[in-house]
Amino acid sequence: MKPRRILIKEEYCIGCRLCEVYCITQHSPSKDIIRTYKGSEVRPVSGIYFEEKGSVSFAIQCRHCDEAPCIENCLTGAMYRDEKTGRVLHNRDKCVGCWMCVMSCPLGVIKIDYEKKKVVSKCDLCIDREFPACVEHCPNEAILLVDEKGERVEKKSG
Amino acid sequence: MAKAKNIAEFIIERDEKKCIKCQACVRVCSNDVHNYDEETEEILSDNIKCVGCHFCEDICPTGALTIRRNLSETKENAHWTRDYIYKVVKQASTGGILLTGMGNDRPYKNYFEHIVLNAAQVTNPSIDPLREPMELKTFIGRKPDRIIYDKTRGKYILKERVTNLLELELPVMFSAMSFGSISLNACKSLAKAASASGVYWNTGEGGLHKDLYPYADRAIVQIASGRFGVNVEYLEKAAAVEIKIGQGAKPGIGGHLPGEKVSEEISLTRMIPEGSDAISPAPHHDIYSIEDLRQLIFAIKEATSYRKPVGVKIAAVHNVAPIASGIVRAGADFITIDGIRGGTGAAPVAIRDNVGIPIEIAVAVVDQRLREEGIRNQASIIAAGGFRTSADIVKAIALGADAVYIGTAALIALGCHVCQKCYTGKCNWGIATQDPYLTRRLNPEIGAKRLSNLLRAWALEIKEMLGGMGINAIESLRGNREQLRAVGLNEVELNLLGIKHAGEAW
Repeated sequence: MKPRRILIKEEYCIGCRLCEVYCITQHSPSKDIIRTYKGSEVRPVSGIYFEEKGSVSFAIQCRHCDEAPCIENCLTGAMYRDEKTGRVLHNRDKCVGCWMCVMSCPLGVIKIDYEKKKVVSKCDLCIDREFPACVEHCPNEAILLVDEKGERVEKKSG
Repeated sequence: MAKAKNIAEFIIERDEKKCIKCQACVRVCSNDVHNYDEETEEILSDNIKCVGCHFCEDICPTGALTIRRNLSETKENAHWTRDYIYKVVKQASTGGILLTGMGNDRPYKNYFEHIVLNAAQVTNPSIDPLREPMELKTFIGRKPDRIIYDKTRGKYILKERVTNLLELELPVMFSAMSFGSISLNACKSLAKAASASGVYWNTGEGGLHKDLYPYADRAIVQIASGRFGVNVEYLEKAAAVEIKIGQGAKPGIGGHLPGEKVSEEISLTRMIPEGSDAISPAPHHDIYSIEDLRQLIFAIKEATSYRKPVGVKIAAVHNVAPIASGIVRAGADFITIDGIRGGTGAAPVAIRDNVGIPIEIAVAVVDQRLREEGIRNQASIIAAGGFRTSADIVKAIALGADAVYIGTAALIALGCHVCQKCYTGKCNWGIATQDPYLTRRLNPEIGAKRLSNLLRAWALEIKEMLGGMGINAIESLRGNREQLRAVGLNEVELNLLGIKHAGEAW
């Protein structure tokens, strides 16, 4: 099954980087923005990557490729495809920190932890939520969610 | 010499308990108000640069920012208020004309707030628009003096030739805002919303950009004193043509789009060299009389094979009624009157705040004059300048307008917070700017949806008000001044508006 995917509209990215803020908050223990940033919690690493050159900017995250090189190259099976949702997910317990996934990712959207020698962050399309945090909070709809057919999925208001 | 310096208009309050130092405010402010200090890891905000556009406040993810008015007061003085003192201070240091954007912000009498509407009680029934049909459809253009038809074999055939009329689903249109004064994304938002809602948008004197061609059948194109962007395609594609003589925010004043805003796209659309100033002269140099105007109107009608309505836009000034009469006699199919509260991208403060007359009175006297002369059917009246709510629109229509133009209200729907800094080209909301960092902030998909929502909401409210009066078509309200009563207006005002005082029965 193909996963729902995130569509980037770079022409409307305003460079506020709030997608990173909300990604971090969503993957934190408390999921509370102020506690995540100001409390004693260990702050997670963002799974969305912001790029900018001149007036052009966009945020990119894992594309959950149909033929994912990171899965193919993973030695331990830590990087796997979730059969139910089609998402490419990462099992931290199995990860040995060889970073082959990082080497093979064509988009460079897997981040590494040099100290613990593990993969530390990768977009999981917000497992706990119906709607990914970055999509929901982008102030200019520059990050959209599309279904298997490529049609936009909008959050039901109210 | 020690001298008064400009003071901060606003104070930025940052709740340090809530600020997570994400620096979104630092990145988005086009006025460089917020700065992150790497050493102290603090964000400092420079109040004096803040224009009060509230973009940072809206984007802050934790609600840590509040923009307040600076309460630092000068000594209480009814005559020399703080505004006037600092205008002098500014001019003493710059030696230039003070510029501003948006409409007149002075506390002139607002007649809309002195007019109340009628409702049906006992002697005639009110109508529930949710259960019964309610017609807001409006036609703009010249209507025949009488209907001459042939009836053959049960079929009616119209014998008089009727010019194409503009068909509006509700009597509201987007007023002239050029590509140049506003961004292409703002134009796209307006154009899309107008197409989706069955109303019209206006190109202003900015030409018709190729990206807007799909919405050209809903465009009123403008021919102003600079003649920018006027070509065969421009006239061919449009739904109607408007000759702009004046604008409510700056009657008697021309326009000036500075060269730095004339990008490649604007230069192509306006048909002028890139980087050159686009100067619209104060008068049309070929129009010095009603006869000259007639020549231009008919030149355009010839060019468009008499298929499109041709209108004329003027600012509401002292002589507005006779001028309007002349314009109708010159052959205009509609006449747009822009009142003293009409907006602009840039105008001298002295002009914007002091020249022109209120739209409420202008519409009433023009409608009255055209009726008296028996030529009211020859042209539609479009009122513009400061319409804020559906009630303002209902009142204007009852005073005699066929439809209204909204400009500022449309921009507010797109994010504008009326900070009046349009002329700086640094609009944080991506509206009045050509800066590629800023224009992308206005996503036309969102913009068009918000504008359509606004029109939908107003249409619903207008229907409710009509229903309350026991009227089921906007056509029956047009010029129906019996539905209006004044509260607290003097006799001269009542006569000019042609309405009775509250308490006076029919």
